[in-house]
Amino acid sequence: MLRYIVRRIGQLIGVAIVLSMLLFFWLRSLPGGPVNALLGERATPEMRANLERVLGLDQPLYMQYWAYIKRILNGEFGNSTSVLPGTDAMTVFLARFPATIELSFFAVTIAVAIAIPLGYVAARKRASLLDNTSIIVSLVGIAVPVFFLAFLLKYYFAIKLGWFPVSGRQANLGCTRVTNFFVLDGILTREWDCTASALKHLILPSLALSSIPFAVIFRITRASVLDVVNEDYVRTAEAKGLTKQVIRGRHILRNAMLPVLTIIGLQIGALLAGAVLTEKVFAFPGIGEALALSFSARDYAVLQILILMAAIVFVVVNLLVDIGYAVVDPRVRTR
Amino acid sequence: MTNEKSTDKLGEQPTHTGTEQTSPSVGSEPAAKSGNLLTKYGDARKKRIDELAELSVAESGAIEESPGVSLWASAWSRLRRNPVFLIGAGITLIFLIVALTAQWIAPKDPGIGYLIEQVRPQSNPVPGPEPGFPLGADDRGRDLLSRLIVGSQQTLIVGVLATLGGFTGGLILGTLAGAFGGWVDSLVMRAVDVMLSIPSLVLALSISALASRPSVWTLIIAIAVVQVPIFARLLRGSMLAQRSSDHVLAARALGIKRSAIVLRHMLPNSLGPVIVQATLALAVAIIDAAALSFLGLGNPDTRVPEWGQMLGQSQQYIYDHPQLAFYPAACIIVVALGFTLMGESIREALDPKTRR
Repeated sequence: MLRYIVRRIGQLIGVAIVLSMLLFFWLRSLPGGPVNALLGERATPEMRANLERVLGLDQPLYMQYWAYIKRILNGEFGNSTSVLPGTDAMTVFLARFPATIELSFFAVTIAVAIAIPLGYVAARKRASLLDNTSIIVSLVGIAVPVFFLAFLLKYYFAIKLGWFPVSGRQANLGCTRVTNFFVLDGILTREWDCTASALKHLILPSLALSSIPFAVIFRITRASVLDVVNEDYVRTAEAKGLTKQVIRGRHILRNAMLPVLTIIGLQIGALLAGAVLTEKVFAFPGIGEALALSFSARDYAVLQILILMAAIVFVVVNLLVDIGYAVVDPRVRTR
Repeated sequence: MTNEKSTDKLGEQPTHTGTEQTSPSVGSEPAAKSGNLLTKYGDARKKRIDELAELSVAESGAIEESPGVSLWASAWSRLRRNPVFLIGAGITLIFLIVALTAQWIAPKDPGIGYLIEQVRPQSNPVPGPEPGFPLGADDRGRDLLSRLIVGSQQTLIVGVLATLGGFTGGLILGTLAGAFGGWVDSLVMRAVDVMLSIPSLVLALSISALASRPSVWTLIIAIAVVQVPIFARLLRGSMLAQRSSDHVLAARALGIKRSAIVLRHMLPNSLGPVIVQATLALAVAIIDAAALSFLGLGNPDTRVPEWGQMLGQSQQYIYDHPQLAFYPAACIIVVALGFTLMGESIREALDPKTRR
């Protein structure tokens, strides 16, 4: 088990190194090079020369790469030029990350809470009306562009019906900040109106964001339950006369959940892509919106850290999922 | 395909033995009348063989009825009767026909602002429907219906080229990894892992950031690069499965060149799942193109319409004139659904687990 974890962490380090090289070359090949990218086009020649010296652009390539790595490890990504002008890019990231975690958490919770029971029932009642309807719904869920779904939800439920706020993360209530997770903050400080407001702001974006994870998790659950139901041990359990609940819980669901777990981990990456679009539609101040903003304003300091952190979060989550998988299923460790 | 050949032979063999065995048994009937034990035994054996032969003839007849001989043929026999596949293929076919004949179908030129006189940025930014313009016009007075029809063309081009690019990239990487194994495999797959670890849209964003100005080509390249790791992984997986299969071993034992084994024996046999993935990737490419256009990375030149671009650029009018967004969105959803339905049902039909 320990060897498996060590090997996986070794792979993670490999991915991180290759990623840092890619980012290094990406930054160098941006239109106008890194100096223009970091300073903008209106920089004076003195500023350019200064930054070139600071960035060590007069040194050989491997020295530059080494210096780049050192700066990344120190968390120095340069200052934001437009998302939050003058602020350190790392600070921008840290300020916005909790919002996206909150949004993704609710989106995944909604997706899992609907998709897994529905996938199970659809598989057990194969080719029934419920099965066919939910398959069609899941396929449509994949075919609808996320941002269009977000627009639809916003148009009907926020603008026409006025049930939910149109944009933002929380109404201006002067709430106390503890963790920057607004729902959690409200609970911790017992400012219930803050929690309620944060939840209201979360419902529509997380519904929009949950559409693709829902579709994927539903389909995997259904396929996986179909596989497991035909296994010998399920027949044995039925032959032994075990109750339906025990067979469902212990024999079918526990075994069918393994691929579902993996796919949930893989969905984290897709979730971030979706978050860029949903957050933009709802002006939800997370890293997705920051990504869209920093891209359109060419704020490369922020863009760089967001790409790096997005990849690292994705890889770490998948590492955790794989380790969890290996704990549950001993066969994985030897692979 | 080797797979097909071997099953073909298996299907034929019983029929041959059946016809050969029936004729001698008919001829040896007088011998059975002598009543000695040996011939009785022989007779019983022949009878048994006859029965078997009949059985196998009957069986092979049953097989002929559903030509489940090759994987693709049996898949096709099931697909023909699968409503999901038929709907998907129907949508795809209509889309292709519209895209190919768009110039002739479209009632108006999509690039000319016929109703530009009626466009008032403040009071009436988007002219509504009127005779000759069944869906109204866009914010530059151009006929919306014609733009939708002609837009199918560019949408198809973006989808096909992006998928083709991703397919080719994945083909090269996956073949390298799957054919050589060892350190080449590890190296290629680490690179693929890195590409997969960056969320697709973020990867597409960072690639389009490299271009100084967005165009339809940056869009296509960005989407293609995102697809590369998916195709590479899939192809490597099926190549690895081929590597240890018997026909590759046989080819190697015959002393066939390595390149020939890879290109002629392994690659054609591993393309099946990859081609199916391509249908699904086409749907994803069309949706991704819309997402990138929405983020301001689409083709800024609107003279040649594209659905994703139309949808992306409709956002400023979406609350007052939602039809500008709804029509292209509906087109994207229906076409993406068509490709997905088709791809998924082919994949399911080819999956040995669901074969019955």
